[in-house]
Amino acid sequence: MSPLPWGAMARLVGRRALFAVPVLLVVTFGVFAIAAASPFDPVKAYGGTAVLGADQETLDRLRTNLGVDEPFVVRWGRWLAGALTGDLGQSAVLRQPVAQVIGERLVWSTLLCAVAFAVAVVAGTLLGVLAARRPGSWTDRTVTSLAYVLEAAPVFWIALLAVWLFALHLGVLPAAGLTDTASEQVTAGQVARHLVLPAGVLAVSQLPWFTLYVRQGVADALAEEPVRGARARGLGERTVLLGHALRSGLLPVLTLIGSRVPELITGALLVESVFSWPGIAAATVEAATAVDFPLLAALTTLATAAVLAGNLLADLLYGLIDPRVKLDDM
Amino acid sequence: MAEAAVEPVWRSRGTGRRSTHTVRLRTSAALVAVIVLAVLLVPPLVRLDQQAVDLSAKLQPPSWAHPLGTDDVGRDLLLRCVYGLRVSLLVGVAAALAATVVGTAVGATAGALGGWADRVVMRLVDTISSVPHLLLGIFVVAMFRPGVWPVVASIAATHWLSTARIVRAEVLSLRSRPYIDAAVSGGASRWRVAVRHLLPGVLPQAALAAVLMVPHAMWHESALSFLGLGLPAHTASLGTLIQDARGSLLAGQWWPTLFPGLFLVVPTLAIAGLAGAWRERINPRRRSELTL
Repeated sequence: MSPLPWGAMARLVGRRALFAVPVLLVVTFGVFAIAAASPFDPVKAYGGTAVLGADQETLDRLRTNLGVDEPFVVRWGRWLAGALTGDLGQSAVLRQPVAQVIGERLVWSTLLCAVAFAVAVVAGTLLGVLAARRPGSWTDRTVTSLAYVLEAAPVFWIALLAVWLFALHLGVLPAAGLTDTASEQVTAGQVARHLVLPAGVLAVSQLPWFTLYVRQGVADALAEEPVRGARARGLGERTVLLGHALRSGLLPVLTLIGSRVPELITGALLVESVFSWPGIAAATVEAATAVDFPLLAALTTLATAAVLAGNLLADLLYGLIDPRVKLDDM
Repeated sequence: MAEAAVEPVWRSRGTGRRSTHTVRLRTSAALVAVIVLAVLLVPPLVRLDQQAVDLSAKLQPPSWAHPLGTDDVGRDLLLRCVYGLRVSLLVGVAAALAATVVGTAVGATAGALGGWADRVVMRLVDTISSVPHLLLGIFVVAMFRPGVWPVVASIAATHWLSTARIVRAEVLSLRSRPYIDAAVSGGASRWRVAVRHLLPGVLPQAALAAVLMVPHAMWHESALSFLGLGLPAHTASLGTLIQDARGSLLAGQWWPTLFPGLFLVVPTLAIAGLAGAWRERINPRRRSELTL
């Protein structure tokens, strides 16, 4: 393999970072604008039932203290300035600074998503190749139909059925949490056991997409000239399938891998809340239920940044793997 | 979420391929018909109360009296599922309609105006799509809760983007057609060209996108309701039914969870099957493309 084109990669990352700044600005502005247009009142959210009987003067003083008497554009500017120094405000529902919530939980969400994604890529590729080998065969039809059914099934429903089957009926895996309830410490073995169900369900929810795209890519490649050429040279079926068809069939899939980040985040939101997994996605749901605006705003921004990073990753991968693509052109 | 046809290889398989196609289309059409009839006719015709509580018959497994069993307060699950599907379908259709109207308006305006207006609008569309849909939906619902309209609005607010892209692309390709040139040189005003010549050409694509959006919107609604952020708990939507069933599931009763989910999966597949056949009819060239 030729040496990596570091210069071109750095230039692409730089260009994307420049593009990401206005996107994040617009998204955070939108978040503040939506909140300002909504009936949501930060004072009531902060004070809870304590401010129900309070007089107007107390409410106004509270409003000034919280800094919510100013127009939302000013608050947006102040939030941005704080965010640059790492101060994202205070989460009311978790009673922690928002930055600390994210720091503590990000690692668990990343672990869950990474494991699920890896499993989905490997299993999806295997199933896709299996189906593409003989299009229209029973294997193909079974795999394809199953993929469509799984694609249509809501991930939280699959998660609940998996809890019933594996945790309650068979009793082989824990139903929820990160560790056993009795345990005080977080050990790798326990986390691994508790990870199986959530990561498995998340992988299953991402699987149909990979399977169908790999199947499509490989089946298309099998019908092209290079494969016919390889067969004509007398190469074995395995070499043709894995060496020729899979390699060119995987290319379109690779470009789209990075664009799966939104779906992965969506899946994680639902899976984490079913399995009480202590990640940021579950925190998002808690924040939304309690209308914890600082936490919600930070998590929305974080998710957007993750999506942009995913797009960048896809472009980098594509440029590195496909020699016809120039990183400088992207 | 629809057809994946690997053309060059399957075409050689001739009639066999065509017949599976027809079978799938007819099954989808029949299922959609049954679903529509059920949600329209069961509530006015069947004189049973879906909220009727019967604690002596709680959590019964499927039987002749209760084909899908009963929930934790003895309500008949089949009836609850039909009512839930009715609510979910209604929310889905309303949200898809709203998203299609907004998406068509934005996409057609951007495509017809062109220039910097087009660039600004499409950049904005790209920006909004970089927020994950469900997360944006959760944010909107959290701020405007509770009620049905915030849910519809949050789904519409996240789903119009794809329609805007499709409609804009279609308008751009229509703009260079000879009949548009003919209308312009015949002295038709901008407005007339847009409404009488561009819009009719765009509508089939927009309508197809709207139909494919309905299952998506239903999924979105049930996910929000499942998280406790969507419809109020007393409204039986498929999402609230699955949420309600969590307690019984942990006690080992699987049916209150399984059946509402099936009521989501089956309509989704049926609608996707119908829309897939329709898509092949209106743009046969794109048949080999895979759309999920």
